[in-house]
Amino acid sequence: MAWSETLPLRSSEDVVTVRQRVRMAADREGFRLVDQTKIVTAASEIARNTVIYGGGGSATIEGVEKNGRRGVRITFEDNGPGIADIELAMKDGWTSGAGLGLGLSGAKRLSNEFEIVSAPGKGTRVTLTRWR
Amino acid sequence: MAQTSTVIPEALLKHEASLLSDWVAKQGKTGPELHKAAREFLGAFREGAQSGSLDSIDGAAWEHAREVLTDFSIEQSRQGVSAVEVATFILSLKEPLFALLQRLYSQQPEIVAREVWNATRAIDQFALHTTSVALKTREELIARQQSEMLELSTPVVKLWDGVLALPLIGTLDSERTQVVMENLLEEIVRSGAGVAIIDITGVPTVDTLVAQHLLKTVAAARLMGAECIISGIRPQIAATIVHLGVDLGDVTTKATLADAFRIALYRNGLQVTARAARNGGAPEPARG
Repeated sequence: MAWSETLPLRSSEDVVTVRQRVRMAADREGFRLVDQTKIVTAASEIARNTVIYGGGGSATIEGVEKNGRRGVRITFEDNGPGIADIELAMKDGWTSGAGLGLGLSGAKRLSNEFEIVSAPGKGTRVTLTRWR
Repeated sequence: MAQTSTVIPEALLKHEASLLSDWVAKQGKTGPELHKAAREFLGAFREGAQSGSLDSIDGAAWEHAREVLTDFSIEQSRQGVSAVEVATFILSLKEPLFALLQRLYSQQPEIVAREVWNATRAIDQFALHTTSVALKTREELIARQQSEMLELSTPVVKLWDGVLALPLIGTLDSERTQVVMENLLEEIVRSGAGVAIIDITGVPTVDTLVAQHLLKTVAAARLMGAECIISGIRPQIAATIVHLGVDLGDVTTKATLADAFRIALYRNGLQVTARAARNGGAPEPARG
């Protein structure tokens, strides 16, 4: 049964909401606690990036299935300044802001599939998928 | 706007009782409050229609009617009744009122048409009024709950001489975190404690921002001569932190607050031992 929902991401309160909805989605798909925590944490990182660096955007949470495996996919989109050097942005410890610089790379490690599409002035789209 | 001549006040005056019972009968649920609100509103509606215009319910003539609905709407919202239900209450006046007009002026369809339009405009505006009041009440409630959450105090507790604990609960990426961490640092200075335990058992998600807050607090405490122990690291949190790549470095971490407390006592040169069974042990501490 495919389902999806799109949530706004404008403030840090919205980040909390996205975390809660992702947790519910992972729970509904039968994720174990460790896997739930991983995808929720990954979503938390990217959601905060969307708010802080992307100037706000949206998160679409959906239940997905591939080869009989169920999973949760979250797509974050913003129309912010975009990322000029994705390779650099993905480096551990590199940040353009004041964070630890582990958000993007950490989120990638916490996901089974990770895709980032961005260009300067074109906004950013990050897609995370974790399978059960 | 020119005042429209209307027969509605007269119709209301003569048939108030039957209209009231028809209206109340339309409600899915009944109760003394609902009955009272309906009766008061009909009276106020008549007063308003007598002295004011049905074009707009903004004027002084409608003040009483607006007040009755405002009170009712606030009361209902506080009880958890939805804005839709509150608006439906007022909209459901249309059917019995139109039926009454139809009955009274069955020979003059032009009057019926005109008055139905008059009544519709007024009732729609009242419905919008109740909706906006209900939503505003709900918003106020949410705003209050939010500020209560922010103020939800996370107290720094003293576990032993020189040992403080900060049990954290909930989301750690709000403004609250800064306040909570500063409280801990102040308390370290005030009490001169050498060990502070930050317990994150009640924190559902530890991401890089939370980790950063924790690391900064640990570093600040260290500058003041106090060591922090982070406890409440559950298996799923441990696995996640490792994948995130967060380096907790030389920060002492423990799975439970009890483990952390034991370490804290040890560092203060203390240990907990069982009382000797031979002589019945030491007497129970006096009750204060």
